[in-house]
Amino acid sequence: MFETLTLSTLPPADEALRPALRALIDDAISELPIDRRARSWQGFDAAFSRKLGQAGYLGLSLPKEYGGVGRGPFTRFVVVEELLSAGAPVAGHWIADRQSGPLILHYGTEAQRQFYLPRISKGEALFCIGMSEPGSGSDLASVRTRAEPQEDGTWLLNGQKIWTTNAMHSDYMIALVRTSGTTADRQQGLSQVIIDLKLPGVTVRPIVDLTGDSHFAEVFFEDVRLSADALVGAEGQGWKQVTAELAFERSGPERIYSAVVLMDAWVRHLKAVGRDDTATLRLLGSLTAQQSVLREMSLAVTARLVAGESPVVEASLMKDLGTGFEQAVPQLIGDDLAANPDEAIDPDLYRTLLYVTHIAPSFSLRGGTREILRGIIARGLGLR
Amino acid sequence: MDMSELIDPFARLVEDVCTPAAIRAIEEGGDASEMWRAFTDSGFLDALVAEDAGGAGLTLADAAPLIALLGARAVPLPVGDTMIARALLAAAGLDIPDGPLALTTGAGAVPFGLVASHIVSGTPEAPVVTEAAVVATGVHHDIDGFANGLDGSALRPIAAVLRALLISGAAGRVLDMTVQYANERSQFGKSIGKQQAVQQQLSVLAEHAVAARIAAAIGARGGLTPVLRDVAIAKHGTSLAAGQIAAIAHAVHGAIGISEEYDLQLLTRRLHGWRLADGSESYWAGVLGSLRMQAPACSTADFIRAA
Repeated sequence: MFETLTLSTLPPADEALRPALRALIDDAISELPIDRRARSWQGFDAAFSRKLGQAGYLGLSLPKEYGGVGRGPFTRFVVVEELLSAGAPVAGHWIADRQSGPLILHYGTEAQRQFYLPRISKGEALFCIGMSEPGSGSDLASVRTRAEPQEDGTWLLNGQKIWTTNAMHSDYMIALVRTSGTTADRQQGLSQVIIDLKLPGVTVRPIVDLTGDSHFAEVFFEDVRLSADALVGAEGQGWKQVTAELAFERSGPERIYSAVVLMDAWVRHLKAVGRDDTATLRLLGSLTAQQSVLREMSLAVTARLVAGESPVVEASLMKDLGTGFEQAVPQLIGDDLAANPDEAIDPDLYRTLLYVTHIAPSFSLRGGTREILRGIIARGLGLR
Repeated sequence: MDMSELIDPFARLVEDVCTPAAIRAIEEGGDASEMWRAFTDSGFLDALVAEDAGGAGLTLADAAPLIALLGARAVPLPVGDTMIARALLAAAGLDIPDGPLALTTGAGAVPFGLVASHIVSGTPEAPVVTEAAVVATGVHHDIDGFANGLDGSALRPIAAVLRALLISGAAGRVLDMTVQYANERSQFGKSIGKQQAVQQQLSVLAEHAVAARIAAAIGARGGLTPVLRDVAIAKHGTSLAAGQIAAIAHAVHGAIGISEEYDLQLLTRRLHGWRLADGSESYWAGVLGSLRMQAPACSTADFIRAA
């Protein structure tokens, strides 16, 4: 089963991007402490996102006619790997680059493509994704936020989204909302709409997390008037579109590298104190080996995207395994460091360890919980 | 070359001669010569031998599906070991005995030792062939055995890649069998595969099976002289998966899975044996950790990417 997932090789042209990109990253974030870098794709820096856009590292899979770079998922894999490995603050452009851009390219009208895609590629149009609601978490089909079609073709939006990553920094939200029927219709009657978050009636309230960060928010819609062209794709096709979009969201290397800044800091610590007993080497080797297999799996899923497929099941499989690993890393490194209580730890490393330890539960929540992903895999196995 | 031209006839051969009954007969000490002759006559034993030495000249990556198939079908003879040993012996210009060859790489049990005619030790460049003098492990129906006094530690990397490929094949078959069983077995008025608790376990089993296949492929990409880093990643990953896959498969199967007459045990006993053979996950984790510690300072991403 899943025989199509096989070892893949990145094209040399994409590998060749690394040195210049690395220089740009080093130059931009040389002062950023490691516990800030550990925030990685939750770290927000609009200026850095624009810098990447200007240098041609965004909109990688968007066609040149829409201001994109006209390359593909392999190119994005290289760029993402470099950004995450360095712990660059990528939250600003992340969602637009990863899923909103491809979504608009695939399902949007020509006017929508012309309007949004060039700015996404420059890092100037920041997007968030409105899925969860107070009453709709894993049961996404139960969303209640509603866009009522009006006689003049516009939409009247009412409802609430929550846990929306980066809503307070974003220009637009692509939201899954009900446009016809009732919640009893489940997946039927749902659509995706683009919401300009500066419109009257939109209120964004940041939520503080247990690390003190505010990377997500609740968003309220009160009689928000959306223009006719707010609809992305076809009315009533929102569920199908979201499913395809989630394959993009779940398949990337961001599902395996969330703890890599911590891991690298720990390796530097081991080298600095010269600790190389058997237990240490085995832990180091085990984490490195698992990271390597996950990278090849992620690359294999990327190759399916390159082949034009929508690897929904494969992406779920990789994400579940990957986030489990990412969550184990802070547990194991914490145990390792505290198993050597007489060894001095750099406060930066300690802060990084505790940051990743505290935020790690989010790894298997964002983009679909463990249980939801395993349900998707079970369907792929023919069990449901 | 279209690999299906190779794999399909090999798959038919294995399914014809390695029936569960034939496997059990050999595990019970029966005569293996007829099954071995089928493999000898097929020509596949020289798949990895260079073409100018009369072989098919396949790379290890090319032959990986064949070796995985041996694992998937619980073939009770050292066909993969012999493929590798014959390639090494041919490359060294040494005589190749006709019988089944098993690789020894340490003081532990030699996989397929009891059913081998010769044990291969030494190094990849200078393999040493010794007539088999193997002591049974005493484990029920075990075809592995102890062959003391031979030094084959230099063969451990290539043997570990072979074992990783066997594990990956068995892992995939265990997944298929367990999913099929979950769809057939009914409790509480529906197939147990409809139960979320069972589905979640099977999904994890699938994750480990895919991870094992990818890990094994990492090991095989370096051919008969694998990069030590890749070997460590491959055998660590497959050994780690082997134990977890066997545990979930048995949990889902219930009592029938641990009965002798049901075929699952033919595979899970091998998963455990191959996990222990040629270095377990912790052995190879230690090797990889040492390599990483000795390497120039670099990020994890750079280390695992370096070819």
